[in-house]
Amino acid sequence: MSVRQMEMPQLGESVTEGTISQWLVSVGDKVSKYDPIAEITTDKVNAEVPSSFSGKITALLAEEGDTLPVGKVMCSIETSEGEPAAEAVPDQTSAATSSADTDQDQSMKKRYSPAVLRLAQENDVDLEQLTGSGRSGRITRKDVEHFIASGKAAQQHSSSAPSAAHTGSAASFSEAVAQAVPKRSEPAVQSEAGDIDIPLTGVRRAIARNMVRSKHEIPHAWTMIEVDVTNLVNYRNQIKNIFHKKEGTKLTYLPFFIKAIVAALKEFPRINSTWAGDRIIEKKAVNISLAVAAEDALYVPVIRHADEKSIKGLAIAVNEMAAKVRENRLSPDDMQGGTFTINNTGSFGSIESQPIINYPQAAILSIESIVKRPVVVNDMIAIRDMVNLCISIDHRVLDGLVTGHFLARVKERLENISPENTPIY
Amino acid sequence: MAVISYIEAVTQALKEEMERDEDVFVLGEDVGKRGGVFQATKGLYEEFGEKRVIDTPLAESAIVGVGIGAAMYGLRPVAEMQFSDFMLPAANQIISEAAKTRYRSNNDWSAPITIRAPYGGGVHGGLYHSQSMEAIFANVPGLKIVMPSTPYDVKGLLKSSIRSNDPVIFYEHKRAYRLIKGEVPDQEYTLPIGKADIKREGTDVTVITYGLAVHFALKAAEKLAADGISTHILDLRTVYPLDKEAVIDAARKTGKVLLVTEDTKEGSVISEVAATIAENCLFDLDAPVRRLAAPDAPSMPYAAPLEKQFLITPEKVEQAIRDLAEF
Repeated sequence: MSVRQMEMPQLGESVTEGTISQWLVSVGDKVSKYDPIAEITTDKVNAEVPSSFSGKITALLAEEGDTLPVGKVMCSIETSEGEPAAEAVPDQTSAATSSADTDQDQSMKKRYSPAVLRLAQENDVDLEQLTGSGRSGRITRKDVEHFIASGKAAQQHSSSAPSAAHTGSAASFSEAVAQAVPKRSEPAVQSEAGDIDIPLTGVRRAIARNMVRSKHEIPHAWTMIEVDVTNLVNYRNQIKNIFHKKEGTKLTYLPFFIKAIVAALKEFPRINSTWAGDRIIEKKAVNISLAVAAEDALYVPVIRHADEKSIKGLAIAVNEMAAKVRENRLSPDDMQGGTFTINNTGSFGSIESQPIINYPQAAILSIESIVKRPVVVNDMIAIRDMVNLCISIDHRVLDGLVTGHFLARVKERLENISPENTPIY
Repeated sequence: MAVISYIEAVTQALKEEMERDEDVFVLGEDVGKRGGVFQATKGLYEEFGEKRVIDTPLAESAIVGVGIGAAMYGLRPVAEMQFSDFMLPAANQIISEAAKTRYRSNNDWSAPITIRAPYGGGVHGGLYHSQSMEAIFANVPGLKIVMPSTPYDVKGLLKSSIRSNDPVIFYEHKRAYRLIKGEVPDQEYTLPIGKADIKREGTDVTVITYGLAVHFALKAAEKLAADGISTHILDLRTVYPLDKEAVIDAARKTGKVLLVTEDTKEGSVISEVAATIAENCLFDLDAPVRRLAAPDAPSMPYAAPLEKQFLITPEKVEQAIRDLAEF
């Protein structure tokens, strides 16, 4: 019998920590190898952690809601498996106690005193890099003074300078903002009696961070066009049942929109680009991020190389992504590499929206509800299926003119959809 | 350098000033033949006679009032309040007359009187013999309030008080009288009123205090040094008006400030010290300014265990410093 320890796994390349959203086992439970023992939330994804051992849970070393760095011990399991002789039992217990010792409350780590903030600003110290010696991890004035005296502050500064020069003004702008705005704890919003406090999940936190970053850094401009999609509606109604029968998957309007947008992106690659501070990068790949709403979060899985897919291919990709979101199966890789975002706001009845750009892309487009409206066609009033397309652009990268051309092209393609010139395969 | 007690420093200062200047005289209850209830004026009656060492009735208002009158006519009275607890009958004389004489007379008159008063607890003195009275007089411009902690400071500051051309209240901690001993130079010296004194240099926590509590802080600092906690100690010495510059410098030194008084907490002398720090040191502070004081209860209890609970002690000071150091 020996006690083995389960560590917080690395759930993606840039993931450094995970929050235990739920324990699926309790102390004393017997588990088999690969049984799920906990649900973990990271910035990017929710996942179940499988047990690495078979045995009995002897201790859960973190509470639900605790955020642990990757590699930190989560729980220990008593197992009858053989193990290397080097891992003697006394070592295990001493490791356990020392980890318990260092597993201290870090709640004061970001509570900076006026003296600490002033010293950090005057000496260009990134407080994130310091370890606090004060109570609950607080960084004390002495910690900063020692750090400055040790000369590390200067090193920190010089090492950050070249990278700023490389990435240019965007990076230095965000750095400038970070430096100019003293890091302070957010003003405490008090909850009143009867209010419900909802703890932030990793996903919620990531959404908040990305939204703020995008709104802070990107000068958003917004425009909207209306498109007559009567032909599309007719065409899709005509083939949807056959398609479902034949392909076993539903055919919605969305793949048609994606197809038209992707085609227009190929013609106006500037829309499919990103701001890089000293230049603009036009992306070769057309990877469409698709905003998909889950119960209380928003995910943007990516359809890779959307320009290489037929309408059928897009339909399958969309349905697969939606299923992954619903079933909580998204992997971090599913959400990386997008170059342009499509937001299907029409699915919940919206007719107009001002989407926030999915940083660091240059534009995001919302497809609103298709509604029947009286419109003037050839000086006659007709009932047509109309849809609004709303686009937010990074005005550093794009101007009204190219955006207008792009939207006009999307509109043209959508209005000209027909069985003859719009193959499904 | 001779080692003498706190009370011997009082006696020596009085004796030397009376020898130096024949305008100096003492008056108070039992200060003459009896030599004072604490023996602070011991031997003065024999040396200087009944005209310069005057036994008075139990009438504090008269003791101070007579002193003010004599002072205005050019003498240098040293009035003794037998216990600071009994100063209040003289409060009108002190606050409304002594403090304001120079101002009211447009600088024609002054009241160079020294009012000595034993204060403080820990002597099993109960309600009427344990109080700290400094806060009552510490917002009366025109007064100076001196509260020394060591024999050296007592002697040097009492001499300066007697030589001061304006009224000085000179509080002596009665428990320190025979508890505290220290070196005093053989030659003549005085110390400036209004100047605080660094009693110990340190880098982790600043303690600002006065009177007997200075010794508590020194004792605590000694113990804490063994644990690697370095304590900076500022002795206010004059609690009114404050040596603001020294307070600010001491607070800036470490950014973590503990203020200690034996008085009850609210509205005490250290509250003003805290305000001075808050006004001047925001960007140097690394922790909230902490006050260690007696509870806001009407009186120091008579029962020994309760008295101990009420009083600040070296252990309480040590705990408070440690707490700040770890913050």
